[in-house]
Amino acid sequence: MTKSPAAAAEIAPPSNPLPGFNLTLGFSVVYLTLVVLVPIAALALKALGLSWNDLWILGTNQRALAAYQFSLTASLAAAFINALFGSLLAWVLVRYEFPGRRFFDGLIDFPFALPTAVAGLTLANLFSAHGWLGRFLVPLGITGAYSRLGVVIALTFVGLPFSVRTLQPVIETLDVAVEEAAACLGAGRARTFARVVGPTLLPAALTGFGLSFARALGEYGSVVFISGNLPGTEIAPTLIVIRLDQYDYTGAIAVALVLMIFSFALLLTLNTLQGWAARIEEP
Amino acid sequence: MKPLSRTTSRSAPAPLPSPPAVKWSLIALAAIFLAIFLLLPLINVFAQAFARGWSPFWRALSDPDTGSAVRLTLMVAAISVPLNAVFGLTAAWAIAKFDFRGKALLLTLIDLPFAISPVVAGLLFVLLFGANGWMGPWLEAHHLKVIFAPPGMVLATLFVTFPYVARELIPVMHSQGREQEEAALTLGAGGWQTFWRVTLPSVKWGLFYGIILCNARAMGEFGAVWVVSGHIAGETDTLPLRVDKLYNEFDPVAPFAVATLLGLLAVATMLLKAFLDWKGRREL
Amino acid sequence: MSIELKNVSKSFGQVAALRDVSFAVNEGELAALLGPSGSGKTTVLRLIAGLETPDNGRLFVRGAEVSAVPVQRRNIGFVFQNYALFRNMSVWGNIAFGLSIKKWRRPQIAARVAELADFLDLHDQVRRYPHQLSGGQRQRVAIARALAPGPDVLLLDEPFAAVDAQIRQELRQWLIRLHHEIKLTTIFVTHDQEEAMEVADRIVVFSQGRLERIGTPQEVYEKPHNEFVARFVGVLNVLELEVRDGLARCNELEFPAHGLADGQKMRIGFRPYNVQVSPHPAVYPFRALLRRTYFLGVMLRLEMELPSGLVIRSRLSKEEYARLGLADGREVSFQIRTYRILSKEGGPLGDEVATSYETRPLLGEGI
Repeated sequence: MTKSPAAAAEIAPPSNPLPGFNLTLGFSVVYLTLVVLVPIAALALKALGLSWNDLWILGTNQRALAAYQFSLTASLAAAFINALFGSLLAWVLVRYEFPGRRFFDGLIDFPFALPTAVAGLTLANLFSAHGWLGRFLVPLGITGAYSRLGVVIALTFVGLPFSVRTLQPVIETLDVAVEEAAACLGAGRARTFARVVGPTLLPAALTGFGLSFARALGEYGSVVFISGNLPGTEIAPTLIVIRLDQYDYTGAIAVALVLMIFSFALLLTLNTLQGWAARIEEP
Repeated sequence: MKPLSRTTSRSAPAPLPSPPAVKWSLIALAAIFLAIFLLLPLINVFAQAFARGWSPFWRALSDPDTGSAVRLTLMVAAISVPLNAVFGLTAAWAIAKFDFRGKALLLTLIDLPFAISPVVAGLLFVLLFGANGWMGPWLEAHHLKVIFAPPGMVLATLFVTFPYVARELIPVMHSQGREQEEAALTLGAGGWQTFWRVTLPSVKWGLFYGIILCNARAMGEFGAVWVVSGHIAGETDTLPLRVDKLYNEFDPVAPFAVATLLGLLAVATMLLKAFLDWKGRREL
Repeated sequence: MSIELKNVSKSFGQVAALRDVSFAVNEGELAALLGPSGSGKTTVLRLIAGLETPDNGRLFVRGAEVSAVPVQRRNIGFVFQNYALFRNMSVWGNIAFGLSIKKWRRPQIAARVAELADFLDLHDQVRRYPHQLSGGQRQRVAIARALAPGPDVLLLDEPFAAVDAQIRQELRQWLIRLHHEIKLTTIFVTHDQEEAMEVADRIVVFSQGRLERIGTPQEVYEKPHNEFVARFVGVLNVLELEVRDGLARCNELEFPAHGLADGQKMRIGFRPYNVQVSPHPAVYPFRALLRRTYFLGVMLRLEMELPSGLVIRSRLSKEEYARLGLADGREVSFQIRTYRILSKEGGPLGDEVATSYETRPLLGEGI
């Protein structure tokens, strides 16, 4: 997997007069190897040294399966909500001019900038029984803190910028003439959106969905605060931490492997999607 | 590979304007959603911190353990951000200015830390440097502590924030092409001169942008650092971990008080982002 | 001999951009590298600059071999098609860049920048940044920047491509004047043959990586040496002839067979000014309908359609046209004064052949 600088020289293009190729590629590859690839290899090698049977059992036992299931459903729900509201937000922010637009646009980055622990902390407080939102919602039966719903809320929070920011550039560069053509042919706004604009936005929307889904799957910090460790609110990362605390390394590795394989598959799918989206954007 | 986030430069007005009723109800819906979901949580942090007045707030902040947490957080960021920034610059130069086979693979590998859960990332380092890890025995023999000590936390943060600067710089450098650099070469400039005087100034806003994002993540990282930390207050607790510790002590104010520091960091990050957006747009 | 290429070849992957190209440009000359897209002309320019390295062959600048000399040390001035100005430096910074690399002292740099800014009419723009300049100003900055370090040769990549058609004329004259003043060997790349003809001292014509012809504009136009150049430079009428009954024919037109047997094919070409036209149907041997007249300023281009649908182009001055009393829609007769035989493979062109037709005397002539 590692590429030596000598190997890099072989693939360096002789025709490019810009200097520094070997140096920069070499350094990048070495740094990448040390910081990213070696640790990942550590997991792979460690896992190989363990009994497959143990790994399988611990990776698929009742508790693990429950954790995977909740992780998946909560993350999917969060990604879905983000796709919905994210599309709305992206559309409104790009297409409409209104006072405070710049402010709201900047606000979208908040979940990127805020440490996840703080996010979990404040959301848990807001939705708890005496929180500013909770005091209205809890009597109505909506418990946004220390509940499964709370986890979904937190996951939605951290993933929101992804769906908005992936859609915004695409909406910005929509070919206005296409919508005008649809109007000339008699299509109303709703139909134009459904049949003309919507499909063009679909790749970006899917990418945004995928990105916030991936983000939600791995999220830990905010969930720690908002789940209250109640039964049924355990996500896969939490299970890993619990097993580590109990020095059950095999168990932790088992779940980590499952998570990692799933994440890699997701990453590959997302990259392919983004490639597809890019090809559609370039006429 | 697309840059992480950009605010909209100007509204692109609808070619066929929607009826005002539709437009304004959509705007209202968006604004309400944002206010409740994003603005309120931010305000809440500060509100809860001062819920019992100034003195519990000051007490929490002036606790020596909080001071150590601040120092540790700053140190972790001060090491990981510059390192990843240097990586980002070198990788962007190699990828954006040259054509070579394996570029797609390299890009995917750079994205890897994004796809890995922070908890798994922390676990990787425990498996590498922990007592039963690969390098465990060697470290023991040399009396070096990596896991459950600051060095491990730096490494874990380095891993998690690895792609941030590169992801910002690569598209920026790519879109600028090679012509300016070639022009510099024809005027007699060598490699370093070209990089310092032509390339770097051209990408400075993208670089700052990436550094700010990288820093926000480095200071705010929780999951990975949790796993490799020894949770020893005053020694191996960063600010986010301190918030968690105070939360588990059921103090109603202290975790929020410490969280205000991180909240201020978030606000500063967003303001800087907005400033850089504005600057970057002006120079287009 | 300022610039010389000897047997230079260059490929990009599977694509052969240049094949065995050799030519020389004289000191102080203003030369044009002319050809369609993909002909290799830009590759030649970049090879001279050192932005590409040749696979085979050698390059010389002022007698010294520079094939292995890196671009930084070749002392050439290069003006890119999109100018490639340094975006974060002012006009002053851009022009001064090459000088600061050479470690000139500040007063000398200032003097040289001022000199060039005046020379290229940029005096008021010196503090501005590239994004605040117009296209024409940016081009002048690019030229000033390239000239500042005193290069041995100035290279321009499609200098008129990004400019409005109307300004292009002015720019061409401006470039000629500039070259006259700085007396520096200058090579520019263009795909516009009119531009090359108007501006250059000598033209080098490229096609598909090969050098087709090199010469002065007059030489290239009048003695193209092969079909590609004849068609690319100037307008050419081309006819496919087949020999039948001892004469080479194309629909109604007849030409001598030139030694070919029945059934063999031949291709001929002739310039519009070699086509003589008369409003009297009996004066010349071939008849056609004057379909359209194009007004090109001093000259007029006539498009004549034969009954079979074949179209022939002729060229007349305004005075001649008026004198002959021609108009669209009239029946005219024409003859082809001289033509060239083009063989099918684009090999060497035959010399011009005069037709052996005698013009029939006008009624009443000789009385």
